[in-house]
Amino acid sequence: MALLEATGLVKHFGIRGSLAAVAAVDGLSLTIERGEAYGLVGPDGAGKTTAMRLMVGALSLEQGQVRIAGHDLLRSAELARSTIGYLPQRFSLYGDLTVYENLAFFGSVRGIEPKILPGRARDLLGFVGLADFENRLASALSGGMKQKLGLACALIHRPPLLLLDEPTGGVDPITRQDFWQLIIRLLAEGAGVLVSTPYMDEAVRCSRLGFMVAGRLLATGSPRELVAPLAGRILELKAQPKDLAHRVCRADPDVEDVATFGELLHLRLRGERPAENAHPQQEAGEGRAIFPQDTMSTGAMDNIPERLSGAMAAVGVRVHYLRPVAPSLEDVFISTLQGVAHG
Amino acid sequence: MADLAILAEGLTKRFGDFTAVEDVSFEVRAGEVVGCLGPNGSGKTTTIRMLLGLLRPTAGRAEVLGLDVERQTELIRPLVGYMSQKFALYDELTMVENLAFYAGIYGLSNAEQRQRQQEVLEMVGLRGRESERAGQVSGGWRQRLALAIALVHRPRLLFLDEPTSGVDPVARRAFWDTIDVLAHDGATVFVSTHFMDEAEYCGRLGIMSGGHLLAMDTPDSLKRNSLPGPAWDVVVGGAGQTAPLIPALEAIERMEGVFQVGLRGDHLHAITLSGQHTAGSLQSALVGIGFDALVEPADPTLEDVFIALAGRKT
Repeated sequence: MALLEATGLVKHFGIRGSLAAVAAVDGLSLTIERGEAYGLVGPDGAGKTTAMRLMVGALSLEQGQVRIAGHDLLRSAELARSTIGYLPQRFSLYGDLTVYENLAFFGSVRGIEPKILPGRARDLLGFVGLADFENRLASALSGGMKQKLGLACALIHRPPLLLLDEPTGGVDPITRQDFWQLIIRLLAEGAGVLVSTPYMDEAVRCSRLGFMVAGRLLATGSPRELVAPLAGRILELKAQPKDLAHRVCRADPDVEDVATFGELLHLRLRGERPAENAHPQQEAGEGRAIFPQDTMSTGAMDNIPERLSGAMAAVGVRVHYLRPVAPSLEDVFISTLQGVAHG
Repeated sequence: MADLAILAEGLTKRFGDFTAVEDVSFEVRAGEVVGCLGPNGSGKTTTIRMLLGLLRPTAGRAEVLGLDVERQTELIRPLVGYMSQKFALYDELTMVENLAFYAGIYGLSNAEQRQRQQEVLEMVGLRGRESERAGQVSGGWRQRLALAIALVHRPRLLFLDEPTSGVDPVARRAFWDTIDVLAHDGATVFVSTHFMDEAEYCGRLGIMSGGHLLAMDTPDSLKRNSLPGPAWDVVVGGAGQTAPLIPALEAIERMEGVFQVGLRGDHLHAITLSGQHTAGSLQSALVGIGFDALVEPADPTLEDVFIALAGRKT
C-alpha cells in the first residue's frame, strides 16, 4: 500500500467560477512508496506549496482525494496527520526558547508522553547534528541550523511520511549536503519523502520526479527516465566569435535550441521523429508523459556535429570544440516547457 | 582609474554586535560580468547596498565608477542600475506604465522615454505584453520587467541581487542571454546568486560566506587553485535509493588522502589530495571493503570550491 496516494487534486484561489479564479493545483496525482523520495520541481508559483498543503489537510480540497497509508485524509484526519511530518517553507520557531525547548514544545503538541520526550528529543538533536547547540536560543541560529531544527520538529512523532517544502532554499551547500544525508538515512529506514525544490542538482537525488508548472505535472519519471530522450542531443560548443556561431547554429534545421553558458554554447538537437506508436503517451488523469526509452537511436545524428563545424568554418567561425555532453535535468525541464509552449 | 567600475577596500558593516560584512576588498573592471556566490546571510545584499550608497559602511571605503559611495552617492545614482531581490513593481500598473514611472524618476524626457522604453522592452523580450498588469504575470515576466526598469536610464553599471530566484529555468536562460548581450555592448554587471550552475556564467566570481569574501577569480581558476587535487565520481552498487550511499560515503571519508566527499545526485563525488589516488586505487579500496563501486575521473565543480573554501562548519 502506498504511503501517500493523491488523486486528481484541484484547488483554485480567488472567487470560484469567476474569471479571476486561478487554478493553483489543477488535477495533480502522485503516489509515494516507502523508501522513496519524490521530488516536486518547479518555479515559484507552480503550485508546489499549495499541493503540499492539500496533502497535509491544511487547505481544503475542491476535488480529488488524498489517502495516507490507505486512510482517507478527510475521514481519518487524526490518523492521517499522525502519519505525516510536514516542514513548511516558512517554519516558525520560538526565538526566545532554546533549541531543546522548541523541540520539546512540538513534541508535547504532538502528544508525546513526557516520560519518553526528553530521550527522543535528544536523539533527534543528535541525528540532525544540533546536539551541541541544545541550549542556544532559536533566534541565534543560522539559516541552515534553523532548517535542521525544523526537520527535527517534523520528525518528533516519528512519522513514516515526510513532506518538505523547499527545505534547502537559500542555505549553504554544506548544509544542503548534510540535509540530504539525513533524508537518505530516513529513506533507508523506510520513510517516504515528498520534497519540493527549485534546484535541479537536488532533484537528481530523488528516485522519482514531477516537473510542476501552473498547477500540473508536465512530466514524471526517475531522473534517468527523464533524461533518456535527450541522450546524445546536447552538444557543447566553444567557438569564436560566439555571436556568429550562435546565429549559424540557430539557423540549422537539426538544432532545436541554443543557450549561452558563459563562454560556451549548448545546442539541443532535434529528436528523431518517433514512430507513430512510440509517441510519448499522455495518461490524461495522471498528467504523466511517459517517454519511450529505446526508440532513440543516435546513429543518424553522428554527422551533425561535423556538418555544423563545417557550416561555422565556412563563415569564418573558429571552432575550438563541439562535443556531446550528458543532458541535465534542467535541459529536460526546458525542453518540456518549450514543447508545451510550441505545441 | 577610469577603467575601474568598482573598487572596494576593507568594506565592513556591523548591525549592533552582528557583523554582516567583514573586510571585503575587490575590484571590478569596466565591461566585466562578476558574480557573487553565497548562501542567504553571507553578506551579498549588504555589500551591494553599501556599493549603492544605501547603507553606510562601518569601516572601509568603496568607489563606484570612480566616485566615492558615501560622499558622491547622488552622482552615482543615475549611472547605475539596481535590480533588488524583491522586485519593486506596481502590481496595478501595466508593464509599460511601470517602466514609464521609473523612467520619469530618472528624469528622461518624454521623447527619450518613448524611444528608450521600446528599446528595453525589446531587449528583455517583453514586446507584445506591454499592456498586461505587472501583478497578473508570472515570476519570469516580472523579472524581465524589473530588469527593463534597471536598464531604462542606460546605466554603465548594473547591480543584480539574486535576479533569478524563483523563476523557471527557461526564464533563467533567457535572462542570462540578455546579460550576455548587455556585456557584449560594454555594460559592467555585478550579480549575486546562490545557484552554483548560474555562477558558471560569470567571467569572474567571488565566493562569500559568513560576511567574508573568500576568493574572487574566474570559475576555472577557482576550480584549479582552491582544490588540493582531482575530482572523482563514485557510483555505488546500482542506481537509486537502494544503493548503500551513506555507508560508502562514510568509508571514503575515512580513507587516507581524501579531502572531501559528498552526495551528487544518485552517486558520490570526491576530491582527493594531489598524487594520492587514481580511479583504480579508489575503486579497489572500495571493492576491498565490500562495495560494488565504480570510480571515474570527474570535473571539479563550484560546489566543490565552495565547500573547500567555506570549510565544514554548522
